[in-house]
Amino acid sequence: MEKSRRRFLKVAGIAAIGLGAAPAINFAASDSHGSGAAAKVKNETALHAERWGMVIDIKKIDDNLAKKISLACHIHHNVPDFTHEVDTQLYPKTRPVNHKQEIKWIWKEKFHYAFPDKEDEFLNEKFHHLPFMVLCNHCKNAPCVQACPTQATFSREDGIVMMDYHRCIGCRFCMAACPYGSRSFNFRDPRPFIDETDPDFPTRSKGVVEKCNFCAERLAKGEQPHCVEASEGAIVVGDLEDPESDVRKLLKEHYTIRRKQSLGTEPSVYYIV
Amino acid sequence: MTKNMIVTGLAVFVVAVLSPFWFNLVTTTQAAPEPELLGLAKEAKTCVLDKYDMRANHMSLLNEWRGAVVRNADRIYVAANGHSFNMSLSTGENSCLGCHEDKAKFCDACHTYTSVNPYCWECHINPKEIQ
Repeated sequence: MEKSRRRFLKVAGIAAIGLGAAPAINFAASDSHGSGAAAKVKNETALHAERWGMVIDIKKIDDNLAKKISLACHIHHNVPDFTHEVDTQLYPKTRPVNHKQEIKWIWKEKFHYAFPDKEDEFLNEKFHHLPFMVLCNHCKNAPCVQACPTQATFSREDGIVMMDYHRCIGCRFCMAACPYGSRSFNFRDPRPFIDETDPDFPTRSKGVVEKCNFCAERLAKGEQPHCVEASEGAIVVGDLEDPESDVRKLLKEHYTIRRKQSLGTEPSVYYIV
Repeated sequence: MTKNMIVTGLAVFVVAVLSPFWFNLVTTTQAAPEPELLGLAKEAKTCVLDKYDMRANHMSLLNEWRGAVVRNADRIYVAANGHSFNMSLSTGENSCLGCHEDKAKFCDACHTYTSVNPYCWECHINPKEIQ
């Protein structure tokens, strides 16, 4: 190899950068508050799954139960209702309500909107009247996750597609990417439109996208999601990867469909029809 | 330009530059408020970190907590002193506000004094506020 002064200086320069960077990297990697022995762990009672999934038995749901299910979810997650009369004493500066705005986590949908690819000219009449409960499908290949520029929405290891409201910049790329319309945007501060605030769950702020989180906060405590509790047995959640789980047993026994399967997003919500 | 003008100009400049110091000499500063410990917090005696660490680093601790809870589903913090805490601002007895019952006296006192407006409470709920 040719040895020149120029080459020697080049190598020496690169080595100097390396030596200089090492302490800075070590500093950045160190724990900022020096609590070496501290640990962050899961609740002992937390429910675990390799991939969370849901089975909804549509035959067991009528209009009343559908209302009860979405109410249970919306009340406990402080989802605003824009038909709610604002308390003008508490929130004097609130502008009049635009009733076209809507935020929803789980709601009742007609068959031909929920399953447009399964629409049939001579479809059994009963399908037109069944209340299909729709929510975020927590897809295995979630397009919203791929679209999010800040990783505010992400797939957790257990298959739940989560929103990190702290990181959401409100660009709404995820809403455009979601083929199920499962996401809602907060065009305004939701607090005046919440009838009774549940202190156990934060509200959202203006400018963030929100959606169903599979009650991750309840699974972490070992409790079943609100919709499951309210559904009187019509909705079951469990581990899709575990052949012994309740959801897999239901999938074995019944014919089920999923929404817009042809898109390849691999939804984790199944419907028994 | 005369020598007098230059000296006068310099004097005005020095007075103007040092004006914050003069201002501090003639006015009295309010003493920094002590966060008040009430109820459970008063009995507990130990917090997540020791007092001085907590004063300096509580925001970076909260930042770590929110990452752990939302992104990793880890919700319990086992502190170096052996106590475990619920990593939450306001939900449950073992959370920040569960122990420090009065947000106004514990958080707001210092935040107001230092003109810091954390936006935590735009979403997180102070249980006392909704009563």
